[in-house]
Amino acid sequence: MTMIFGIPVQALLGQLLVGLINGSFYAMLSLGLAVIFGLLRVINFAHGAQYMLGAFVGYLLLTHLGIGYWPALVLAPLIVGLFGVVVERLALSRLYDTDPLYGLLFTFGLALVLEGIFRYYYGVSGNPYAVPPLLAGGTNLGFMFLPNYRGWVVVASLIVCFGTWALIEKTRLGSYLRAATENPRLVQAFGVNVPLLLTLTYGLGSALAGLAGILAAPVYQVSPLMGSDLIIVVFAVVVIGGMGSILGAIVTGYMLGLAEGLTKVFYPEASNLVVFVIMAIVLLVRPAGLFGRDA
Amino acid sequence: MADLSLRETSAKPSARLEWALVGLGILALLAAPFFVYPIFLMKMLCFALFACAFNLLLGYTGLLSFGHATFFGGAAYFTAHAVKVWGWPPEAGVLLGMAGAALLGLVMGFFAIRRQGIYFAMITLALSQMFFFFCVQAPFTQGEDGIQGVPRGMLFGILDLNAPMNMYYFVLVAVLVGVFAIWRIVNSPFGMILRSIRENESRAISLGYSVASYKLGAFVMSAALAGLAGSLKAIVFQFATLTDVTWQMSGEVILMTLLGGIGTMVGPIIGASLVVGLENTLATSGFPVTIATGLIFMVCVLVFRRGIVGEVYARVIGRAGTG
Repeated sequence: MTMIFGIPVQALLGQLLVGLINGSFYAMLSLGLAVIFGLLRVINFAHGAQYMLGAFVGYLLLTHLGIGYWPALVLAPLIVGLFGVVVERLALSRLYDTDPLYGLLFTFGLALVLEGIFRYYYGVSGNPYAVPPLLAGGTNLGFMFLPNYRGWVVVASLIVCFGTWALIEKTRLGSYLRAATENPRLVQAFGVNVPLLLTLTYGLGSALAGLAGILAAPVYQVSPLMGSDLIIVVFAVVVIGGMGSILGAIVTGYMLGLAEGLTKVFYPEASNLVVFVIMAIVLLVRPAGLFGRDA
Repeated sequence: MADLSLRETSAKPSARLEWALVGLGILALLAAPFFVYPIFLMKMLCFALFACAFNLLLGYTGLLSFGHATFFGGAAYFTAHAVKVWGWPPEAGVLLGMAGAALLGLVMGFFAIRRQGIYFAMITLALSQMFFFFCVQAPFTQGEDGIQGVPRGMLFGILDLNAPMNMYYFVLVAVLVGVFAIWRIVNSPFGMILRSIRENESRAISLGYSVASYKLGAFVMSAALAGLAGSLKAIVFQFATLTDVTWQMSGEVILMTLLGGIGTMVGPIIGASLVVGLENTLATSGFPVTIATGLIFMVCVLVFRRGIVGEVYARVIGRAGTG
């Protein structure tokens, strides 16, 4: 068996793959957070809960309506996105002229409520969600065995991340969005409906979280607590990357997933801590974050 | 960050009334254990001090820490370990808990004050989650079981804390000292500088204050006092568990402060009493506490950001202004 630094290559690659999968979710979630924060100046604490909601929508569609994975892949983000639109219209839009911390506190409350509801009805244990038949099984890559679904998650998250990046950086709608981030009043004066843009952005961010949730359902179990622990790691990712750039959020997400995977190989006890340690180091060396512009 | 806080008012005529109310409140607390279950009262007192300590940071310095559970729960662990394993007397255990919390506060504050506003909140949250994982793995916390069966011991070698009344009055005195300390800090020249940082940080810098050191100082003091609350709780309940270091606990203390009134002295005490009372009521009803807490959060943020005490103050001042 080939060894690198005394570690079998298989084990190393296996953990790197796990890291890449985790990194895919970090990237998708921190991307959504960055998009929302960029325009709304709100840190969406409910992002983890919306991720959980996406997974549960998929699970409920399957168990109650018999709707499978592929339609759910479209429906779950749509439903979570609509939920986001309602939340923004009813509540968040009233908080724009207050301190940004109130947005954080409101979405924190929202996350507690969502998590509480699902915990009340479904308990804390996870519910399994089967891998769709098309992606069942695995492929032997010669040097390691790759479960097909995990490969799909990585590909799908790359498509989602770069799709979102292209939407924001390369389209007309994206240019309105970026302009409104810089100067909302001026953009409004040019006849762009900024409140609508804000609503759509929050909806889009929520939908991204929902999409990550349904993608995660077959990998991790569908559980009410799946979002809350993840969101804190994603916050650390966001601090490391800085929320100034969309691309920065994506790259940092993948990098930290990989760093976590590597730590699991060499020093498993610290694998929970490594993202936070990296955050502390980045704060010492470059307080604005790796890709951050604002100090 | 100015609008997070309530503008203090120098409504002079009401000052005497306030002192009378404080006196009445202390009298009520002295008499309370004869009417209400003492353990419940002690829990309330511990959380009241915790919320006041948190408010020192949020209300008077304008820093939202999402990691105060680290100091509360961390101090509880230190005290429980010192008293149970090393056989320290309770007063020494509490002091060690405070010192430990202050040290944790120094480390967390050192990193967190490098960023402002929302980032500050996220960094404190992430670091406290790191401490949570540390507590899950470190052997001395005994993982999921927590440190159980902590002896209450003899206070100063003479007062047996196993008697509920002795325990109650010890907690009451310690909490009152803690709250008095916060009141002194807030109304000292140091506290005035903290408020100036809250109101306008760049101005404070340009006036020559070393804002970072003041923030760190406030952070450490707040951590130590939150630690006092956590240490007392460990002695009262005779255990220290992971619950007290979770992010939910950090959220809870924010809720208490927000509900009562950010930047008021009495607000956090009232908020803490209400939240603890509510949790006690819900515990028997089967309605999930998290849903209730979350709903109160959302209502507070949307409808009355000034909190209960803040709204009352605003009404009184409003009337004085128009009348």
